[in-house]
Amino acid sequence: MTDREPLIPDEGLAPASGALPGAAGPLKEFTAPPRSQWLNVWDQFKHHKGAMAGGIIFLAIVVLVFLGPLVWTIDPTHIDIRARNQGLSLAHPFGTDQLGRDTLARMMAGGRTSVAVGIAAMLLALFLGSLVGVAAGYFRRLDDLLMRLTDLFLALPLLPLLLVMMLLFREPLSATFGPEQGIFILIVCAIGITSWMPTARIVRGDVLALKEREFILAARSIGTTNWMMIARHILPNVLSPIMVSATLGIANAIITESALSFLGLGFPPDFPTWGRLLFDATDYLQQYPERVFWPGMAISLTVLSVNYLGDGLRDALDPRIRGR
Amino acid sequence: MFTFTIRRLVLAVPTLLFISLVIFLLLELAPGDPMAQVPLTVPPEVKQKMREALGLGEPLPIRYWKWIVQFFWIEPQVLIDHYFGTSFSAGDLRVISWQTRSPVMDIVIQRIPQTLWVVGTAYVVATLIAIPIGIYSAYRQYSWFDQAGTFISMIGFSVPPFFSGVLVIVIFSVQLGWFPSIYDTTLVVDSWSSFVQQLKQMIMPVMVLALQITAQTSRFMRASMLDNLNQDYVRTARAKGLGEYTVVMVHVLRNSMIPVVTVIALGVPSIFGGAIITEQVFKVNGIGQLLIGALQANDLPMVQTLTFIFAALIVIFNLIADVLYGILDPRIRYD
Repeated sequence: MTDREPLIPDEGLAPASGALPGAAGPLKEFTAPPRSQWLNVWDQFKHHKGAMAGGIIFLAIVVLVFLGPLVWTIDPTHIDIRARNQGLSLAHPFGTDQLGRDTLARMMAGGRTSVAVGIAAMLLALFLGSLVGVAAGYFRRLDDLLMRLTDLFLALPLLPLLLVMMLLFREPLSATFGPEQGIFILIVCAIGITSWMPTARIVRGDVLALKEREFILAARSIGTTNWMMIARHILPNVLSPIMVSATLGIANAIITESALSFLGLGFPPDFPTWGRLLFDATDYLQQYPERVFWPGMAISLTVLSVNYLGDGLRDALDPRIRGR
Repeated sequence: MFTFTIRRLVLAVPTLLFISLVIFLLLELAPGDPMAQVPLTVPPEVKQKMREALGLGEPLPIRYWKWIVQFFWIEPQVLIDHYFGTSFSAGDLRVISWQTRSPVMDIVIQRIPQTLWVVGTAYVVATLIAIPIGIYSAYRQYSWFDQAGTFISMIGFSVPPFFSGVLVIVIFSVQLGWFPSIYDTTLVVDSWSSFVQQLKQMIMPVMVLALQITAQTSRFMRASMLDNLNQDYVRTARAKGLGEYTVVMVHVLRNSMIPVVTVIALGVPSIFGGAIITEQVFKVNGIGQLLIGALQANDLPMVQTLTFIFAALIVIFNLIADVLYGILDPRIRYD
């Protein structure tokens, strides 16, 4: 299948498959108990301070927005007009808005939507990207077609198209699934469909490199079917670029959703998301500038922590950097 | 090199056609009706006539073809007429906005200067800041300067423009009162005081856009410099006794600029997209705001034209990046 020089060691292209490098000395190598690859990754990851902090903050935000409402039981849609426009107090730690709704409760409700959209859209983009990437890299006949498709998608103006999609499909989907559910599906699909391309490119490149390696040849020679080959040998080995794209995908999806809500083309007005809260707060910018701060800070902090997480993950999953 | 450029140019044409088709088909699904505002007393057959006058009611391929002709054949003629006083386009139907009933391109031409001023200034400023930062961060890798640069660019990546924009408005406009929060597009720069005013109103949008661009470009610059600093030719240059300045600023910098220049070219269209949000925040009436307004008013010809302009920008700048890469790096030119 390949006509490569067998004596040239295969270096550089290794997507996290190697064990501990032999630098530890011959004796240690035999006495040390066998370690799994993921333990090594974790060891490396622990040394990246920014990534650890990012991971902890992201986890904290997720826990807060999903489990917070169990502790802070004020209904985010409860209108208390006599307590409107209040500043920070014990009853309302983040204050209240122009209708007297509790900002903390609204922040948690908004965060739930934003994080859920981020994760769901990332999963969709990841699925599409990996599918296209693996298909293009593994099946040579599909490669040209799929990569042209990827290039075409990359040439589309994404934000204008997203806005157009929101405009067009809002009504029918809201009618079918209800206003909130429909918009959720629409936003997740729209973001997923417009952000799979980078993943597809990276995965394709790695699959192309993997396909030339000896273990694939060995697997093929014992009669492994294409399906099993992809499931057992290809996918586990391209997991690291997929994981890195996953973190970047969450950040991208959260920002896009907030941008759509900010432009008034996201969720319905009474349904809080971080972008929507920020958009509503800009109307009261002169009187209550602090109200912009909470949702904006939440978006920025989430995205920042996810970006740091991705950075650390990329370093930890790269066996060439590991151990430094 | 010439055939390389020609080949890329030829490839760009089907890409643009495909994108225009995608946009056209997507808008075909639109539920909006330009006749929705017409009073109910107007009889249906008159409504039908009005619909046909707007170019609706014909089969899909014909409308697509007509739009293509209008956009690629008639509009350039109008432009030529405008500049040379000829009359090629006399009597031809142009793309008409449903909102204002005037030609779409006229409105776009009115709006483009504002966008270009803000986006263009931001891009130039950001690039001028980013390149020295990238060079120094790479040269002193892991120094405090590098760490601070990494952190700030992470923030630039992570803080969305609709937050940073609002934040600078709160700080500089509401609290300090230094700059106006709304961009006044009717301002005519004809004296020193109006120039100062123009400068003042441009600072905040430019700052917001520039933060994002600087973050990306300086990271690329740093990575590219790091790649080159460890190359053998750098050791050779040092070994033959060249000064450190010459080694870094001439040998390494020139080679590191190759990918960075293409990244800068590739970033231009995405900045136009990002400017949609910034224009909305600062109320700049550029093409981004025009798009949002057209979307809310269901003005499909306008949306179609603007989206296509954004797409064309992406394709054109991709082409420019490809050709630049070919010019700068002889290894890429595979003719």
